Amino acid sequence: MNPAYRRYHPKWHRAGMPIFWWLRSLPYARFIARELTSMLVAYAAVLLLVQVRALDAGPESYARFTAWLGSTPVVVWHLAVLAGLLFHTLTWLHLAPRAMVVRLGGRRVPDAMVLLGQYAAWAGASALVAWVLLA
Amino acid sequence: MTRRRSQEPGLWLLFSAGGTLGAVFLPALVVLLWVAPALGWMAPPSPERLAAVAGGIPGRLFLSALIPLALYHWAHRFRYTLYDGLQLYHLNQLIAVLTYGVATVLSVGAGILVWR
Repeated sequence: MNPAYRRYHPKWHRAGMPIFWWLRSLPYARFIARELTSMLVAYAAVLLLVQVRALDAGPESYARFTAWLGSTPVVVWHLAVLAGLLFHTLTWLHLAPRAMVVRLGGRRVPDAMVLLGQYAAWAGASALVAWVLLA
Repeated sequence: MTRRRSQEPGLWLLFSAGGTLGAVFLPALVVLLWVAPALGWMAPPSPERLAAVAGGIPGRLFLSALIPLALYHWAHRFRYTLYDGLQLYHLNQLIAVLTYGVATVLSVGAGILVWR
């Protein structure tokens, strides 16, 4: 018999955890909501790809794509997607000062300054997108 | 346990890069490409302009960074959401294969499409 094997292995008590533990309190639900925004990040990436494909396939296919974009359920859905992505952006940017400690000249840069830098990066990236797409 | 090096830091780096790119670039893209023109707030960006941007070298580099990293961001976060949220500990490996697998397949497709 395997010496590591014990016939009557003691079972210790483990408290059960319900599957929907995260619905018990707002911070937990917010945590799961934040985790689920990653699905919208992936959705936006895939839709960008679909748009590139539609552009590539010619004016007719692109017109069909924009007509789909303009239909009411899709507009409503995309407003929800936007809200979720803004939640992603805000939670992500606010995580940065906690995740990294920036030091300048031996002194720790205050969290508010790190956060300000994050917002500046977001503003810069958004301006770049607007300039490239609309200029 | 010294023989097997964890892949966790590498996957976390992809997750983190995708989260950052998604956070700073996606809201503006969603507004300007999909929401504002559809609501009639602005004229849609012209298809010629978009085709030129998506076909230019900077545009292609941007898309081939943003799309795969956004997908790996999803894969990593969704994996642990299933793991922690639904406590599917026994399916850990299957979930990892499925999430990173989907991200990899779509990323390869994105690469082919963007550099066509």
